[in-house]
Order: sequence, then C-alpha cells, then structure tokens
Amino acid sequence: MADNSSNNAYWAANMRIIKISLVIWALVSFGFGILLRPMLSGIAVGGSDLGFWFAQQGSILVFLALIFFYAWRMNKLDAEHGVEE
Amino acid sequence: MDQFVLNWIFIGASFALYIGIAIWARAGSTSEFYAAGQGVHPVVNGMATGADWMSAASFISMAGLIAFTGYDNSTFLMGWTGGYVLLALMLAPYLRKFGKFTVSEFIGDRFYSPTARLVAVICLIVASTTYVIGQMTGVGVAFGRFLEVDNTTGLLIGACVVFAYAVFGGMKGVTYTQVAQYCVLIIAYTIPAIFISLQLTGNPIPALGLFGEHAASGEALLSKLDMIVTELGFKEYTAHHSDTLNMVLFTLSLMIGTAGLPHVIMRFFTVPTVADARWSAGWTLVFIALLYLTAPAVGAMARLNISELMWPNGTSGDPVSVQMMEAEDKYDWMATWQKTGLLNWEDKNGDGKIAYFNDKNADKVAEMEAAGWGSENELTKFNRDILVLANPEIANLPSWVIALVAAGGLAAALSTAAGLLLAISSAVSHDLIKGALVPTISEKGELMSARVSMAVAIAVATYLGLNPPGFAAQTVALAFGLAAASIFPALMMGIFTKVNNKGAVAGMLAGLIVTLVYIFLHKGWLFIPGTNSFTDADPLLGTIKSTSFGAVGAMINFAVAFIVSKSTDPIPQEIDDLVENVRIPKGAGAAVEGH
Repeated sequence: MADNSSNNAYWAANMRIIKISLVIWALVSFGFGILLRPMLSGIAVGGSDLGFWFAQQGSILVFLALIFFYAWRMNKLDAEHGVEE
Repeated sequence: MDQFVLNWIFIGASFALYIGIAIWARAGSTSEFYAAGQGVHPVVNGMATGADWMSAASFISMAGLIAFTGYDNSTFLMGWTGGYVLLALMLAPYLRKFGKFTVSEFIGDRFYSPTARLVAVICLIVASTTYVIGQMTGVGVAFGRFLEVDNTTGLLIGACVVFAYAVFGGMKGVTYTQVAQYCVLIIAYTIPAIFISLQLTGNPIPALGLFGEHAASGEALLSKLDMIVTELGFKEYTAHHSDTLNMVLFTLSLMIGTAGLPHVIMRFFTVPTVADARWSAGWTLVFIALLYLTAPAVGAMARLNISELMWPNGTSGDPVSVQMMEAEDKYDWMATWQKTGLLNWEDKNGDGKIAYFNDKNADKVAEMEAAGWGSENELTKFNRDILVLANPEIANLPSWVIALVAAGGLAAALSTAAGLLLAISSAVSHDLIKGALVPTISEKGELMSARVSMAVAIAVATYLGLNPPGFAAQTVALAFGLAAASIFPALMMGIFTKVNNKGAVAGMLAGLIVTLVYIFLHKGWLFIPGTNSFTDADPLLGTIKSTSFGAVGAMINFAVAFIVSKSTDPIPQEIDDLVENVRIPKGAGAAVEGH
C-alpha cells in the first residue's frame, strides 16, 4: 500500500530525530556532566568548572531545549507526511 | 506574631484552597476519576504534572542531599529531569495515541496477554508503594516540625491527612488542586532561595548566584564553600569523589525510572491530542526546572550558612558557644528542630562550645584536639531531610517566609502522595479486580475497591515509613529503580520493537525480581531493618549500590525479552497493525475505557 510506504518514511524520519536528540541528551549529562568533566576542567565557570555547571544547570537547560525542539519538529513532520490529527 | 501560629495560618489557608477545589471538581464517573475527561490544556497539564512529580523527595529532601555531598549528588538533578526527554520522545505521544487510561492496559493489549497486564500491575504496585514510603518519610518530617512533635507522631498525623485528602476526588479534582499546589510549592521554594542568594551574592536569581561572587569575601561562592568545607575536614564540595560507574548507573536509573512511573505517564493520557502530549512533556519540564535549577543553589548556600553559624568567628576562630546558641535568636531554629529528634548536638568534652567538623578525618581530629575543641564532632545529628524546611530559619528570614515554606513542603508531599495513591488504587481496582479477577464488578464496586486499596497502601507505607530505608529522596530513588527495571523497557519495546507476549512477560519478571532482590539484599527484606546481607557502602556487585541497580535491571529486562521473543512465535498480524497504528498520530480519538 502507498499509505504504508509513506508511514514507513515518516517513522524512519522520526527515528532519526530521536537518535540525534538522544545523542545530545547523553552527551550533556553523562558526557559533560560526568565522564568528560576532567576534560572540561580547564574551563572555569564561577568558582568551579564547566563540567560542574553542566551537571547542576546546563544539562537541565539542554533537556528543555531538546523536548521543545522535538515537539516542534515532529508537528512539522506530521504535517509533511499528512499523518497529523 | 508567634511563628507556630503563623505556620498554621499559611498551612490552613493553603489546605482550604486545595480542599475547596477538590470539592468543586469532584469526580462523578469512573472515567473522570481516572483521567479527567481529557480536556486539559498542555500548560495546565504540565503544571499539574509538575506538582504531582515534585514530591517530598524534590522539595524537602534533594537540596539537603546535595548540600552535604556536593557535586556527587548532581545525579538527582540530571536524573530526575533527563527522564522527561525519554518520556517526551519515546513514550508520551504513542501512549496518548493508544488511547486507554492506564499503563497496564497498554501492556495488556500490546502484548495480547492478560498475564502481561497482571505482571505490569504488580510492577506498578511495587514501585508506587516504595515511592509512597519515601513520601511518608517527608510527610513525617514536615508534620513533626510544624506540629512541634516527634517524627513518629508527625508521620501518623500526616498519614491520616494524606488519606482523607486522596479519597476526596480522582484525577479531575487532583488536576486542578495540583495546579494550586504547584503555585504554592514553587513560590515557597524560590522566595527563600532568592532572599538567601541576595544576602550571600547580591544576585536575585539563585541559579546565577551559585556561580556568582560571595559578597562578604569577594571570592567566588563555590571557591569559598570549597575552602570552608575542606577547612572543617570534609571533602571538597565541587569535586568528584564518588565512584564514576555507580554515578552513571544511578543517573540512568533515575532517568528511565522517571519515564516508567505510572502516575507521571497517566498524565499524558489526559491531554486532547498527540501533539499536545509532546508539548505537555516540555511544559512539565519547564515547571520542574524552575525548582531543579534553584535546588543546587539552595544546597550550596545552606551548607555555607550552616558552616558559618557553627563557626561564627571563622574556621580558625572559636566554635559557637552553648551560651551563644541559647542567647541569640538566629540559633532558635536549632532548638525547634531538636524537638523532632532530627537535629541534635552535645557538648561532649564540656568546654561550653559546639565544635562542628568531620571527625572521620584523622588530620582534622588531631588539629581539633590540639586546639582544645575535643576529638568528636558535637553537632551529632543533622538529618538531611530537614535542610530545606529549616533553610529560611537558618538564613534568619522573616517569619512569613518560614510559614510559606511549611505550606510548600506539605503541598509537595501531599500532591505526590495523592497522585501515587490514585495510581495504586486504579491499578488494583481497574486492572487487577475489574481487568482480571471480577470482570463483572459494578462501577460503584470499582470505586469502592479503589478507595479500599488506597487505605491499604497508605497503611503499609506508613508502617514502613516509620523505619524508612533511607532519606526521602533515597527511598524514592529505589522506587525509580524498580520502575526503570520493569515498566520502562516493556513500554519502549511495545512501541519500538515487535517483541512478543512471552518476551515481555519474561523481561518484566526478570527485571523486577532481580532488582527487587538486589534492593532487599542491601536494604532488608521488605525494607525490614536488620534483614539485609549487604550494605550500600560495600555492595554485592563491585561498586553498584542498590539505588543504582535499576539501570542494570532494565538491561536484564531488555536482554531477556529479546532472547525469549526470538525463540518463540512472532506477534500476530493484528498486533503488528496495532504497533504500526500507535506510531502514527493520525486518528487518535478520545481515550476509551477498556474491558
């Protein structure tokens, strides 16, 4: 069915957006906030370093941006593929 | 006006507001009881979910855990917000499209198996009950303090209030009440933080003040804090001391647990469209972030204030004297908290001074002995869970701010406890009794069994809350581990893979049982103290603490599910169609009642 191939393209596009978003999600929290913190220790942020800032502030701000980006992008994708409600 | 009276005016007024709203919006039918007729705007839904989500753990407990540990407890901040990304991207829109009321209905239908539904219900009940134990710990602290009674009495009174409150209405009453509770709790959390940030750094935004300059010394606030705590023999505040593997697993457990908790997921059934479900998750995190961006500032600033109160002449001067603590108003909070049994001090060497330092640090002990302040830390007890509630008093803020925090702390604990009790009662009455045991039960009988199960859940939680397995936020973290290991993988595989019924059931059971056993081995069987074989200081597997095991449990769940699914029959055509249908927003109607 033609309908199915369009749906498959929609789902593939969705998966791509999810994957990119999750890479960023992991990078700012597990990456900058924890594992990569020693590498960022040279960048001072108000009495501590960038890794500390990401662990206590930055990751949360990036999470917010990711969710709103995803909602906006998906609503556009729904319309492009004609699958919106 | 007397502080005690003022606290009760604020608490009384906020309660009158919530109960008023609950009566005004009382649930009539079962569908309203569970999901509020799905007429809730994403912003309103986000605010209510925020209140539901931010419990005693976030409000009362978290900043205290950060304050006394520093960077290593950033895990709570990242974990409890990062889960919303998973929820928004991987669950909320699809579950909304599916269009049923409860998480276990989705699992039962998607895995075409009443057994899967039953297992999901059991997972939900175990995770939610553990969560309520954590809430009751927080409720006990708050009621103990504001009634000026000991912690146990506070807990028992609190349990009665929570029960009366949760029985009033279902989700509909709770949704609008929770909007009011969100407003009370966020104002109560941020106002003292703004005052304290202004006092210490001159910056009215606590999140910026944290990285700002300590006005009194001209140094960066965090450098100043690092200096003071190391001078007292503690570990540097901003440095990484804990085990990295455990820190990563703990953060991951909290994240996937967030996306697996029924009372949060249920919220996304109540928005009108799939697009709204996506926005709703974003708005929820906006409202949560307001508190979470402030919490690390609250923790760091409180730690600085406490250190300075105990060492009024600087860390190289004399410690605070008993006489000064009795004479000066700014130490009054210590006497009030002493009544709850959660804060204590003792002049062990009889020198008339209370020396606060790390007496597990041999160098510091030698130094204190040489200075004549004795070898023991004399601030003998400082329960982490009191920090946020005591914070405005520690900073000597006006009495109305203290009363506001009292109302906020109770709002946080009550709103979540009510939401969880609702999730438990719907799991028991809707999924267990109506869905599996007595399908012919009347609507009235279903509502009655919902209320009875609430009563049982709160009785169990209160009993276990008397001897909690940890501080409020730590107990809650265990609940997240259980949800992470059981529910989240099943939901995710239900949407993103074509795992079959046997795979899902085997995966959920493996994840739940392994995680539960690991937790019980470290925290005692059924959380009964003294029945544990290991401790989190020296865990069974390497450095993995019981609070972090949920991430491992989730991996076991996925692995078992895939292996079992591959070696058994593929899913039938109609389930394949269902999965394809859930993935596409088009054609989502209002949620309908299952069975």
